[in-house]
Amino acid sequence: MSAGALSAASRPAIGVGFRLQWEPVQNAHVLLYPEGMIKLNASAGEILKRCNGEATIGEITADLERAFSTTGIAGDVMSFISMAAEKKWLQIPA
Amino acid sequence: MAANTSVIASASRPGPPLWLLLELTYRCPLHCVFCYNPLDFARQGPELATSDWIRVLREARALGAVPLTRDDLESIVAEAHRLGFYVNLITSGVGLTEERIRALKEAGLDHIQLSFQDSSRKMNDFLSSTRTFDLKSKVAALIKKYGYPMVLNVVLHRLNIDHVEEILGMADRLGADYVELANTQFYGWAWQNREQLMPSRQQVERAEAATRRFREREGRPMRIFFVVPDYFERRPKACMNGLGSIFLTVTPDGTALPCHAARMLPGLTFPNVREASIESIWVDSAGFNEFRGDAWMKEPCRSCPEKTRDFGGCRCQAYLLTGDAANADPVCDRSAHHHLVEAVVTRADAPRNPVEKPLIFRSPRNSTMLYP
Repeated sequence: MSAGALSAASRPAIGVGFRLQWEPVQNAHVLLYPEGMIKLNASAGEILKRCNGEATIGEITADLERAFSTTGIAGDVMSFISMAAEKKWLQIPA
Repeated sequence: MAANTSVIASASRPGPPLWLLLELTYRCPLHCVFCYNPLDFARQGPELATSDWIRVLREARALGAVPLTRDDLESIVAEAHRLGFYVNLITSGVGLTEERIRALKEAGLDHIQLSFQDSSRKMNDFLSSTRTFDLKSKVAALIKKYGYPMVLNVVLHRLNIDHVEEILGMADRLGADYVELANTQFYGWAWQNREQLMPSRQQVERAEAATRRFREREGRPMRIFFVVPDYFERRPKACMNGLGSIFLTVTPDGTALPCHAARMLPGLTFPNVREASIESIWVDSAGFNEFRGDAWMKEPCRSCPEKTRDFGGCRCQAYLLTGDAANADPVCDRSAHHHLVEAVVTRADAPRNPVEKPLIFRSPRNSTMLYP
């Protein structure tokens, strides 16, 4: 399972065939893929736009905590990324 | 009065078209018997120029159109990509050389949906009335080679639905990421060939079981979409999510439609992109507004609590089967016309008379014969 291999050192990237972009008309990030589109809520969009294949999950979490002046979100970030990896929205290079 | 009118207009302004289908050409070399193309495609007007398509893309994007489009020219793909569309090429594979696949990748094409008609050369070539099976297999390999997500589409019907297991095996061997097993929707050429293409209930059940078995098998993840044949359902599909809600088609001659089959609906005129902007077409044109909301509905839809979920089903199907596009889609068992659908299914279940009607292939010649 790809989710089992996740750790704070993993560097998630947007999955092959998916594209993340900001849609002003919908005022939301959307994830585009063959045959469909997912309109993301604000937190999902904030997490995914940081998944560039270079930042680790630890760095993404720290960046989000800084940007939104909050703490203790590591568990939420990890479970979202794990769900997104299972759905192939994200890929986790070994 | 004027202020009042404009308030109403802005309150009911439709959301953006989320799915833009550009039918660049009807000059498909295949002759598939289940094609949704209009029967009179041979007498449609001249095709739009590249500059027209690019203007359509720009205007649609300005309106907020997002993800999927259909293209077969590198320059149109490049412009669509630059504008932020998720660009999908729906193709028979004919003419898609390695050189073009590479050029399209560079232009920003996101994915290619390749059609197969069956799992064997013999049936593929019979059903499309062309020798294209080997060519399609080569194109499939090239799609993988250039790193596109591989989406295979196979339209199912009476003559190939028993091969679902073999079709899925073929898709797996070709390395497909997505497979669409799309049961025939009965419009256009498929409507013309409906009796011969309608599967029996047993066939549908066996195909669903084969799909389930394949999904449960361990191995490479391949996503399978099984589009159920709606004649076997008791509630209609939410066709196009309601006409004029998210879907915009532009046909080869520039006619704008809220669904690729909608040209058949009587009494409606649809604007042409040569004469009107996408914004005025989408927001203001009568053709796109006719079936928005629920003011057009009759009973049983009007008072039905499910009308917000299925929008009364498909307008074209209501028209084809009942003669009135504002009726409930007769797939719904609350429709007074549901017996028409049941009768078709019953006929499909009955043993076949050996003397059957010949299939009518989608060809310019047959189109001209049907609509001189």
